[in-house]
Amino acid sequence: MEGISIWSNLGLVYALLGAAVAVFLAGAGSAIGVGIAGQAAAGVVTEDPSKFGQVLVMQLLPGTQGLYGLLIGFITLSKVGLIGGGAADIDPQTGLLILAACLPIGIVGLISGKYQGKTSAASIGIIAKRPDQFGKAMLFPAMVETYAILALLISFLAVSGVQI
Amino acid sequence: MAVLQMQRVSICALKKDRKAILEKLQSMGIMEINHVIDDDEDFERMDTMNVRQGFEKNAQTADHALDILNQYAPEKKSLFASLEGKKLVGQEQFQKAVSRKKEIMRDAKGLMDLSKEIAENKAGIQKLENQIESLSPWMALDVPMNYKGTAKTAMLLGTMAPGTTQEAVYRLIAEHAPENTAADVEIITSDKDAVYLAVFCMKKEERAVEDALRTGGFARPTQTANQIPAKAKAEYEAEKEKLLNRIAAIEKEISGKEGIREDLKFISDYFRIRAEKYEILGTLPQSKRTFIVSGYVAKKGVPAIEKAIGNGFDCIIDVEELKDEEEPPIVLQNNGFSASMEGVLESYALPHKGEFDPTTIMSFFYVFFFGMMLSDAAYGAILAIACFVVLKKFPRMGTGMKKMMKMFMYCGVSTLIWGILFGGYFGNVVDIVSSTFFGKTVTVPALWFAPLDDPMKLLIYSLAFGLVHLFVGLGIKGYMLLKDGKTLDFFCDVVLWYALLIGLILLLIPTDIFASIMGSKVVFPAALNTLAKVLAIIGALGLVLMSGRANKNPALRIALGAYDLYNITGWLSDVLSYSRLLALGLATGVIASVINQMASMAGNGIVGAIIFILIFIVGHTLNLAINLLGAYVHTNRLQFVEFFGKFYEGGGKAFHPFEADTMYVTVQDVTENN
Repeated sequence: MEGISIWSNLGLVYALLGAAVAVFLAGAGSAIGVGIAGQAAAGVVTEDPSKFGQVLVMQLLPGTQGLYGLLIGFITLSKVGLIGGGAADIDPQTGLLILAACLPIGIVGLISGKYQGKTSAASIGIIAKRPDQFGKAMLFPAMVETYAILALLISFLAVSGVQI
Repeated sequence: MAVLQMQRVSICALKKDRKAILEKLQSMGIMEINHVIDDDEDFERMDTMNVRQGFEKNAQTADHALDILNQYAPEKKSLFASLEGKKLVGQEQFQKAVSRKKEIMRDAKGLMDLSKEIAENKAGIQKLENQIESLSPWMALDVPMNYKGTAKTAMLLGTMAPGTTQEAVYRLIAEHAPENTAADVEIITSDKDAVYLAVFCMKKEERAVEDALRTGGFARPTQTANQIPAKAKAEYEAEKEKLLNRIAAIEKEISGKEGIREDLKFISDYFRIRAEKYEILGTLPQSKRTFIVSGYVAKKGVPAIEKAIGNGFDCIIDVEELKDEEEPPIVLQNNGFSASMEGVLESYALPHKGEFDPTTIMSFFYVFFFGMMLSDAAYGAILAIACFVVLKKFPRMGTGMKKMMKMFMYCGVSTLIWGILFGGYFGNVVDIVSSTFFGKTVTVPALWFAPLDDPMKLLIYSLAFGLVHLFVGLGIKGYMLLKDGKTLDFFCDVVLWYALLIGLILLLIPTDIFASIMGSKVVFPAALNTLAKVLAIIGALGLVLMSGRANKNPALRIALGAYDLYNITGWLSDVLSYSRLLALGLATGVIASVINQMASMAGNGIVGAIIFILIFIVGHTLNLAINLLGAYVHTNRLQFVEFFGKFYEGGGKAFHPFEADTMYVTVQDVTENN
């Protein structure tokens, strides 16, 4: 049966690889981060269940990297036509361009997700002792997220800018 | 737009009016008690520690009784209980409960005793169950466990290692007690832990047989009963049944007392209020027949105090302005719109004495940026309507919660406006629905432009808005410096920076780099270019020369100035930080369109429509929740870090008035609106 030959569709392979990298690396980063924060949150709730709402919000903060990765993945897939419509004919160079464009959000998403999770866990520690300092505690993980946002921006502009 | 001006009010009155005056102050709740008289020979302080602790203990007992009541007769609380706030009760109803306080406290103690009895019974049941458990291997035995045997035979009851068979035991006996004439081994039960057996032998050979068995690991049971195990178990079960019945009866009795729940709440709050009053009482300086209470009151509240206390009692009221070094507590006052953002400011830091209250300015930027980040008309409408409904339905909400709801309502309106400007209604749902279900694509045009079409344009605008925000921050700093009369600081720290920044921006705009980002080239007239160069040079030189003006050493001064000039990179990173306005706005829109696309994959028809609606509801709820959180966090961050970082110091202390700090109810003050 005639299938798609990888070698004659290298461009598509690279582009799909790019989308995959954006999603799985950023998603992994968020999963690790939210997991780390969740363990800290569970510890606080054993002592004081009334703090549940606050620590849940803290736990959710590192979750955005996965979303950004999804965003870039989706934009890439719709750009190369794999979603909704036939796959466009892409040459290997363009495919590699797309792969490179997806790298920032993937790699930064992975690393910043993990560290934002650790910072979130520390902020949950602030809330455990001083529930009234919620506003200040929330800022610390938000500082880490800045870099994921910058990476998202560049990935977005880069992927949008590649001419198919 | 202001920090309320505080004044110090001191009241000196007769001791016989002390109780009435303190209770009046407590119910008015606008004065923070703060004394300036130290130990004086004429005045001394009363020791109220014991009385106060008595009241606190009573309040705790009532709280504890309420907990017990809630455990067995749970209060029907709605899902929105936290939004309801404290119940309002009339003065007479409250006083009626107070007059019965001894009786209610007795009921409370009764509840606690009942609860203790339940706990004891439960422990008893546990013990019985343990005993039943230990008897279970011996069930097959039909003599009492401590049966000593008959006249000539003895019984050895015990356990041996698991897996021991009858033959093995006989062998053991034969081996170690060869003179043994007769022995009868009966295995009662064997499980994976041990083998339970009874060995009968002649009384005179008991010792020898026991020793023989011990070599095989024989051990007597730890617990014995002086009855046949089956009978003992029956007895334990019966006792357990009795205890269980008793517990059920007590539980019923407790739930029957549900009627005193209200009274318990009143009493608990009553004792709380009294404990607070006695705490303050302990700090009042008192002479033989007079006492003094002194503290901070907002200037606009002073007439109310003068009227309530001055007219009602024989006293002297002294109102004085605060001394220079005195640090009063801070109360913010703003118009209705900005007041809702006071919570945001409080969570960062309150302004210190004499500092500018940034709440009003911050509030405009807050809703502006929030709307840009959430940027979907449908989400904004949902948010605004939900908050509005909640505010109307629960008028007695706590103040902090009420402010937050109002803030989100305004942010929702802003989001609605930005959504219309950007053309986002649940993302691109109109497009998807019209193309999937109706065949042709209908697009609602954006009033301004759709971010996905031209992200670079939105990026430039975001950075521009950010620059405005930062310039306003710098401007506030300049205004504060001018107000303090520090004109040289104003010129060197603020004006020079403005000159440098504006000059640099004007220099940057006509360049090629900017043209490639913007898409079109901007050409300035020659005069403007020269002006830009002049401004930038003046600014840079001025900063290098003047930033280190505190130092006499010229070399150090220049070095510090150059270092301050390096802060231009700080400004660059601050401006770039505003690119998150674009990023978050895009994120909302794109994820919404992803959800729409996924929902539409089921195609046309009834099934497709049902699947569409399901995925639509779930997906957009999630998207709204996550982006709401993100918008809230990042808007806060922009205010706290970028904006406040330019001018704000903070460090003020919150205002804690002497008030009736209740937990369950609010008592309606008969003389309200003083």
